Amino acid sequence: MKRLLLVLPGLGLVGLLTTNCHPDADVQPLAVVPGSVLPTNFPAPAYAVEANPPTLAAFELGRTLFYDPQLSRTGKISCGSCHQQFAAFANADHRLSHGVDSRLGTRNAPALQNLRWKSNFFWDGGPKNLETLPLAPLTNPVEMDETLGNVLRKLNADPSYPGRFTAVYGSSPIDSYQLLRALAQFTASLTSANSRYDHYVRQEAGGTLSAAELSGRALFSAKCATCHRTDLFSDDSFRNNGLDSSFAADSGRARITRVDKDLGLFKVPSLRNATLTAPYMHDGRFQTLAQVLDHYASGVLDSPTLDPLLRQADGKLGLSLTAQEKSDLLAFLATLTDEQFIKDAQLAQRRP
Amino acid sequence: MFFSRLSALWLALTITAFAFTGCDKDDNTPTDSVGEVDIEMENVVGSTPLALNTGSYTTAAGDQFTVTTFKYYISNIKLQKADGTEYVQPDSYYLVNQADDASKHLSLKEVPVGDYTGITFTIGVDSTRNVAGAQTGALDPSNSMFWTWDSGYIFVKLEGTSPQAAKGGLVFHIAGFQHPYNTIRTVSPSFNGTTLMVRTDHSPEIHFQADVLKMFAGPNQVRFATLSNSMGGASSVQIADNYSKGGMFTVAHIHAN
Repeated sequence: MKRLLLVLPGLGLVGLLTTNCHPDADVQPLAVVPGSVLPTNFPAPAYAVEANPPTLAAFELGRTLFYDPQLSRTGKISCGSCHQQFAAFANADHRLSHGVDSRLGTRNAPALQNLRWKSNFFWDGGPKNLETLPLAPLTNPVEMDETLGNVLRKLNADPSYPGRFTAVYGSSPIDSYQLLRALAQFTASLTSANSRYDHYVRQEAGGTLSAAELSGRALFSAKCATCHRTDLFSDDSFRNNGLDSSFAADSGRARITRVDKDLGLFKVPSLRNATLTAPYMHDGRFQTLAQVLDHYASGVLDSPTLDPLLRQADGKLGLSLTAQEKSDLLAFLATLTDEQFIKDAQLAQRRP
Repeated sequence: MFFSRLSALWLALTITAFAFTGCDKDDNTPTDSVGEVDIEMENVVGSTPLALNTGSYTTAAGDQFTVTTFKYYISNIKLQKADGTEYVQPDSYYLVNQADDASKHLSLKEVPVGDYTGITFTIGVDSTRNVAGAQTGALDPSNSMFWTWDSGYIFVKLEGTSPQAAKGGLVFHIAGFQHPYNTIRTVSPSFNGTTLMVRTDHSPEIHFQADVLKMFAGPNQVRFATLSNSMGGASSVQIADNYSKGGMFTVAHIHAN
């Protein structure tokens, strides 16, 4: 009986994934909440649509909150300050995030895309749920440096928020649950699945790849896709990719797990929109994708936790890549750029 | 001697509880045959009631300290009957805060009538709820018991001062639910032979004592000169072992009411 009950929603989900998808946002009416229809070429999400069913009112509330600097102590920094739509919601031109009073963070602000498919967040995987994630930047002294209590006081004293929250959640005052659920409506909506590559794999109009791009794709499958796996282009694991040989500056995943085998491991980032999300790596040390490929070809440093995939049979570290192969890989990576995502007016800050 | 006998009793109760975890169905009692159980948490330091800020205490090892904050989660309360059946309280999460008298009173509504001989609860919050997203009530992150950077709940929080501590302050935030530093602990303090009789017209009360000293004694003696700050990791595991194996929670008495 119990098993049957478990199977039924599973079937429902499969049904949703296989029948309800109109991945071409061009044909969607504007009233649809972005990201509420899951792309057919993605695996099952970690944060199911049913976990926080998208509604236009709740999504718009989350969107307003995301771009609202009131959420910071100084009233000057919003989520959108470090997560810019034109950079796939990463922080363009900043190696490290800049918080209140120009305080410098310790890591490169990551792109916010396809978060619905991630079971933990940040370079170290500390936050474990999309809904509670915002509590970290809100309260981090070098980011928004605010308390949850103060944020709620400001929202409850605001002329427009209380009415909008009550309309969505039916009770007042605004509490942490309402705030976090509304923010998750927006962050879960940030779905990038309309790059030229996506059109190619879904056999849609405009989905043609050049010879160089196809060659790059084959190379990518052979040399990169173990870590940058599936059409999400990440296996969501933590790995040491040979950036450093000691980790005093940032222990990475070990900061969370406190075990030595995780020293210097960082989350494998998605490569979607990679052309837009420079600089690269957890500390933003590389300015270009060519530098990233050069690192894998000739810059990998040894350490006890170096990922085994970067040790070749002959003892050489990194990946063997010729100049032509690098060029083809760069051509392929550029097909992952999703102009529709970065220009989606529904995801932009609403102008008064 | 006293402790070892108690330990044996707990072990027996724990084994009993484990042996019957499969049978958490109650005896098909009609829904109106329910009563209420009240739990009173009295926080003490040895034999003295805990007084925040003003009380001055000494650990078993001889370190002096004061307490400015003492908060902990009690969750997943289960009541056992002599026949091995068990009542599992749904949505069972309580935050006890020494600074808030009302929080020390835990009210269990709609407990099926019957004679209960044991109790089991978690000190802390189960792993499922640690990763479950936005929460309300006792689990609202506004309660200052939630870690944001390594998300999850602080299970037991004790802050205070000690002249033996290197910087004078004590900060014990016992948290973490992932191997090898899992600090979730489940205990079954003995009713000492008393039966908890739940009736539609009787609301019995279990009076617990939670002894702060047990955090620092037991399997892993804590000296504040070497350990005055614990926020997860190996030292938090040691303290969690102290308060679970050392029996921080004891049943002082049960009022039949």
